[in-house]
Amino acid sequence: MSWFKRPSANLAAVPTDNGDFDPDQDFAAESTFAPVSDDGEPSRVRTEGLWIKCPGCRTILFKAELEAKQMVCPKCNHHFKIGANKRIELLLDPGYEIVDGNLRSNDPLNFQDVKSYKSRLMKAQAETGLNDALVTALGNIGPHEVVLSAMEFTFIGGSMGAVVGELIARAIDRSLSTRRPLIIVTTSGGARMMEGVVSLMQLAKIATGLAELDEARIPYICILTDPTMGGITASFAMLGDLNIAEPGAHIGFAGPRVIEQTIRQKLPEGFQRSEFLLEHGFLDAVVNRQELKAYLIRALDFLKTPA
Amino acid sequence: MSETTHSSSPQGQPGTPAWTKVERARHPKRPYPMDFIERLFTDFSEIHGDRAFADDEAVACGMARFHGHEVLVIGNRKGGTTKERVRRNFGMPNPEGYRKALRAMKIAEKFNRPIITFIDLPGAFPGLGAEERGQAEAIARNLIEMAKLHVPTIAIISGEGGSGGALALALADRVLILENALYFVITPEACAAIMWRDAAHKERAAEAMRITAQEVKELGCVDDIVPEPSVGAHEDRDAAFESLDSCLLYHVEQLLAMPEQERLVQRRNKFRNIAQFYTEV
Ligand SMILES: [Zn+2]
Repeated sequence: MSWFKRPSANLAAVPTDNGDFDPDQDFAAESTFAPVSDDGEPSRVRTEGLWIKCPGCRTILFKAELEAKQMVCPKCNHHFKIGANKRIELLLDPGYEIVDGNLRSNDPLNFQDVKSYKSRLMKAQAETGLNDALVTALGNIGPHEVVLSAMEFTFIGGSMGAVVGELIARAIDRSLSTRRPLIIVTTSGGARMMEGVVSLMQLAKIATGLAELDEARIPYICILTDPTMGGITASFAMLGDLNIAEPGAHIGFAGPRVIEQTIRQKLPEGFQRSEFLLEHGFLDAVVNRQELKAYLIRALDFLKTPA
Repeated sequence: MSETTHSSSPQGQPGTPAWTKVERARHPKRPYPMDFIERLFTDFSEIHGDRAFADDEAVACGMARFHGHEVLVIGNRKGGTTKERVRRNFGMPNPEGYRKALRAMKIAEKFNRPIITFIDLPGAFPGLGAEERGQAEAIARNLIEMAKLHVPTIAIISGEGGSGGALALALADRVLILENALYFVITPEACAAIMWRDAAHKERAAEAMRITAQEVKELGCVDDIVPEPSVGAHEDRDAAFESLDSCLLYHVEQLLAMPEQERLVQRRNKFRNIAQFYTEV
């Protein structure tokens, strides 16, 4: 979350739907098993470290114990970010199949800022072992066969370009052809601006697919995790039959800095957190990570057209 | 807000080709959506309110007639006096604006009327209240509902097509863009601030993001470019109105002539296959 607070940028007060996502932040330092240090900045503690300081309560936690608790702080319930593969492992029964992992961006704009987009992609691919910011799996959640797509925040902030858009469209196609429920787990700064308007079109592509899924009465559940911003929230993250979130997740449309500069005042405590959205009527439930699987099984029992 | 960005680069360089387009798209004399609506349509009768929270003055919806066709027309309200601009959030809709638009679209669908939207906004309004009232949900809802509409839909990007806030009125059978208009995921200023750490690099950002009508057409993200007079719509409004009028009529009649099922399949296929830029490895 520290990437929301970088002070140096002279950000014009203009609307953006990528939630201020900053591709230069060292996302890897905030990945699954790396902690955040005292000052809220990502620390350099390597994953080999045995101990992790909780950013929620500052307790020093034994890493193995934290992992046993699905990366949720036993003291304060802080939900650490976890990667796409870990998420799939936690939600699906053993024996699932990873699919559609073979797409790579072809850099449609030949985009270059202070770095080239190609070099950012290569770095992200090397660091995550993934081709882009989403992994899809087919498998079972208890008695339910599902299509599950999980976003990967450490891949360029989980941002959505043409590959993520196509992967979700393919996941929807799989749900349509098999009638398996679709579940998407979001964690993303928003649209991938290095793909410009191409990234924007992915919102339209996915919404069109979800319209068809809806008309076919195939269940779709979105699980919003920290953070879910910009064009992700403004498309598939808000379009589930049920939209649920992990506690404390940052969820919104505009980035907090853009809003502060627009309204010229500080934002209230807890603004754009899961509990704030629940209170304002935009989530069906806030569910702890350890209870997510049981929740999904129960929900999917309900989201069935009676025979 | 966009009004603050007319100046050329601080380095005093002449504008890049992309930036020249940005200046044209944002030119204060350029016709705004309501100008097009007043000139191209007759008997405009406004439909107000989202029936839940408020009437967003940033968005206008109304019944209108276009060459004998009963249509619903929607446009955001940009420009006007300083007071009006403030009341209209500089043309940037709040959630209730999108919800009003959707409510009006449902009425049009019920009575089988084509829907025409005009878009000239830098984005949806990024305010505290907008977040509280679900700006993201309102945009997302419009996307899925526009995908489902059974009536012909045409979106016209006449100035700035800013991000999800524009797309929420632009998931249409035909997406037209005026020759000097823009379509982008983030304003050049905000892109520069994030990627170059300095909003002064906005010209470079505008170039890199490929936001001009010609570029977004090449990327397959719009269906047709509406020609403007060579001096630009801001210098010859009548010629711009005339050009759009004939282009719009062509598309309206083409869509009305199509069987509904064929039109819906075409819309779905267009968006399913839009902007596919990847390689299989
Ligand atoms: Zn803790």
